[in-house]
Amino acid sequence: MLYETAASVDWARAQFALTAIYHFLFVPLTLGLSFIVAIMETLYVRTNDPQWKRATKFWMTLFAINFAVGVATGLIMEFEFGTNWANYSWFVGDIFGAPLAVEGILAFFMESTFFAVMFFGWDKVSKGFHLLSTWLVAVGSNLSALWILVANGWMQYPVGMAFNPDTARNEMANFWDVILSPVAMSKFLHTISSGYVIAGLFVVGISGWYLLKNRDTLIAKRSMVVGASFGLLVSLFLALSGDESAYNVAQKQPVKLAAMEGLYKGETRAGIIAFGILNPDKELGDDRHEFYGDIEIPYALSFLGYHDIDAFVPGLDDLVYGNEKHGIEPAQARIDRGKTAVAAFKEYKTAVKAGDEAGAAEARTVLEANIADFGYGYLDKPEDIVPPIALTFYSFHVMVGLGSWFILLFLALLYLTMANEITRFRKLLWLAIWSIPLGYIAAEAGWIVAEVGRQPWAVQDLLPVGIAMTDISSSSVQTTFWMFAALFTALLVAEIKIMLRQIKIGPDGGDH
Amino acid sequence: MFEALTFLQLQQYWWIIISLLGGLFVYIMFIQGGQTVLNQLSRNETEKTMLVNSLGRKWELGFTTLVLFGGALFAAFPLFYATSFGGAYWVWMVILFCFIIQAVSYEYRKKPDNVLGQKTYEAFLYINGSLGVVLLGIAISTFFSGADFALDDNNFVHWQGGARGLEALLNPMNYLLGFALLFLVRIAAGMYFISSIDHAPIEAKARTMIKRNIVWFLPFFLGFVAWIFLKDGFAYDAATKTVSMVPNKYFWNFIEMPVVGIMFLAGVVMVLLSVFNTVFRGKSCCAWTNGVGIVLTVMAVLLAVGFNGTAFYPSTHDLQHSLTIENASGSLYTLTVMSYVSLMVPFVLAYIAYAWRAMDRVKITEDEINAPDAHNY
Repeated sequence: MLYETAASVDWARAQFALTAIYHFLFVPLTLGLSFIVAIMETLYVRTNDPQWKRATKFWMTLFAINFAVGVATGLIMEFEFGTNWANYSWFVGDIFGAPLAVEGILAFFMESTFFAVMFFGWDKVSKGFHLLSTWLVAVGSNLSALWILVANGWMQYPVGMAFNPDTARNEMANFWDVILSPVAMSKFLHTISSGYVIAGLFVVGISGWYLLKNRDTLIAKRSMVVGASFGLLVSLFLALSGDESAYNVAQKQPVKLAAMEGLYKGETRAGIIAFGILNPDKELGDDRHEFYGDIEIPYALSFLGYHDIDAFVPGLDDLVYGNEKHGIEPAQARIDRGKTAVAAFKEYKTAVKAGDEAGAAEARTVLEANIADFGYGYLDKPEDIVPPIALTFYSFHVMVGLGSWFILLFLALLYLTMANEITRFRKLLWLAIWSIPLGYIAAEAGWIVAEVGRQPWAVQDLLPVGIAMTDISSSSVQTTFWMFAALFTALLVAEIKIMLRQIKIGPDGGDH
Repeated sequence: MFEALTFLQLQQYWWIIISLLGGLFVYIMFIQGGQTVLNQLSRNETEKTMLVNSLGRKWELGFTTLVLFGGALFAAFPLFYATSFGGAYWVWMVILFCFIIQAVSYEYRKKPDNVLGQKTYEAFLYINGSLGVVLLGIAISTFFSGADFALDDNNFVHWQGGARGLEALLNPMNYLLGFALLFLVRIAAGMYFISSIDHAPIEAKARTMIKRNIVWFLPFFLGFVAWIFLKDGFAYDAATKTVSMVPNKYFWNFIEMPVVGIMFLAGVVMVLLSVFNTVFRGKSCCAWTNGVGIVLTVMAVLLAVGFNGTAFYPSTHDLQHSLTIENASGSLYTLTVMSYVSLMVPFVLAYIAYAWRAMDRVKITEDEINAPDAHNY
């Protein structure tokens, strides 16, 4: 690696992961609850029924409690790109910075401006303008997710740029390629719909609690209908967008797909592991079995990854050591080309400094021929391209398993509430309450699949994390890691306590 | 449209936008200023809540402006973003820490079961309003005093010395801008309170507070102006691409760019007139003129540091590593694309102004705060 020890990189990664994990505890609820609140207010404006206004104000209060920490952790993430990943900021800032700036201009201001109207404007602006403000907060929140996920999608699948050896960075060549990248779009849709599911679970869980306590039943039932129908629709969409995401991963990040499924040796007509316990002794290239025990759904992985049940799905061994039969070259070949690219880049710089135009042109030609594997030039061995397998595998399966459960839960809750039978099914109501944390677990697991699964890359194939980080001592990053860990944890505890109290106070409590 | 501009013109266009955002950000920091005078301007809990509520309706705008300022710097001047945030690590980390604690304080302060207690959240607001502002001022002041960094062949930053930005605290001159900013945002907060709260005792105290703070503000501000006018500046020769020290560079920038000089003078005069009208003529409509004055003044200072052959982020380790708007910018293509996006800025400002006016048309009163279903901070 360029200058720092593995410890520095790990602390920088840990700090960013910590911030992202906390950020992702708050933001998904914000994304979905903003729409649920807007739907309820729309019902209030259309029916003029004060019960809908009570419901709107109640969920709005919970929305606001959650919103603040999401904003704070989001600010930290933006600046951590600079503080912890300064080399990354320069190497790809020409591309990555643009969506962040657009996010600020188009989304954050909308969200923050109308947030104030939404909370303080009930008696200051007209009903119509207030409703519009509530919808604009929802749209603004989701637009900000769009831009940051476009940026993240680009890191998973870098397109629309060219490396400029004179500035030593990647520069944007096509804005629309960056924005409309299929990976970015499917990432956006999958991530926001996971947020909507969390919001749906939050609303049905809390409504379930009121029904169990036999209080505020009218608002609870109405909220249950809104939450369950919203949740059911978006969880079905989540499954569809998950399919699209998996397809993209198979095409663009095959190593991640293999890790998600614990697939070491490639297979045609590959199945999906419905349940499996990984063999921790299993290593790349050996003949030990991947699992202690597993239940497989035949053909499903080939279909998921390639929309063809007969397709060959490469395993980790194939991707690391190559598979001639299926035309997969070994990672070492890419490392060799990467090292050629890195060397040519250095030669180019030297030649330019010396005023050697011919030498510079020659080095540039070599660099351009090998630029697609530039990042591999900083790896030491082929095995470095493999992410942590167990973490990726279990996270993926937890996410998929819970996603399936949520569909069933929403379906049952909606049917029974519409049939006015829901209060008889007390165990189901308890399940609804306990499913609130499951929603967060599923979302965090999904995030782990996306981010841990793409290691060691900060930017896929172009920039390993070790090169991306700031030249800074691990002790500095370690100190700020603990600072943030303590602060974020304190804020999380505060939020949970306040949230629980507000729920206990209920819709009639107003704001306190 | 923007394709017709040269690369340099686009770089200059983006420096103007950064300067405008910087000006808007400093103005919106009246929120921070207000956070430092909550106890001073209130006699009881209701009055304090009126003040907090008044600021709380705007705190997100401050946050958003900071995010946009960061995002725009990242996109338009990525080398500055990488160098300053990665290099002056500790200064930025402390600033960020100050901002996190602000974000939750409004919403959590008076909520039951808030774990940390009301006083803690009020302390958070005070820390954000004082330390956060002074440190930001010191960070911006390094545009004039320089920073201790070097860039390698790949433009990767290497900070010299272990203090990682905290060494800026050892330069007494950097405090001039830090404290000038602190007192300026307190003055702006006073005017904002007067314009948005209908409560005579708060108004009277706010006028007195403004009077006291202008007395503190002026020496620091004039000291800062004298320092930058008298000191050697970091001049950049576009032809030879070299940086050198030139006596009174910043003073001459204001003279050689008369528009910037006039903008600076007009801004300062507007701020002073707003203070005069508020304190001595008892007017309550000066928040906006004061705001325009602040934006013009800050814009002019930032324009003076980036234009007219000036290195805006100088390296004291090696002058030739200093950042200019030419060597620190994004590519021609990115700046062009981003320029189209920037056309949205006037629309954004328009709806912010509209929503702000709609909300502030009726001033905050004691009755509103004490209403049973009020959403109070």
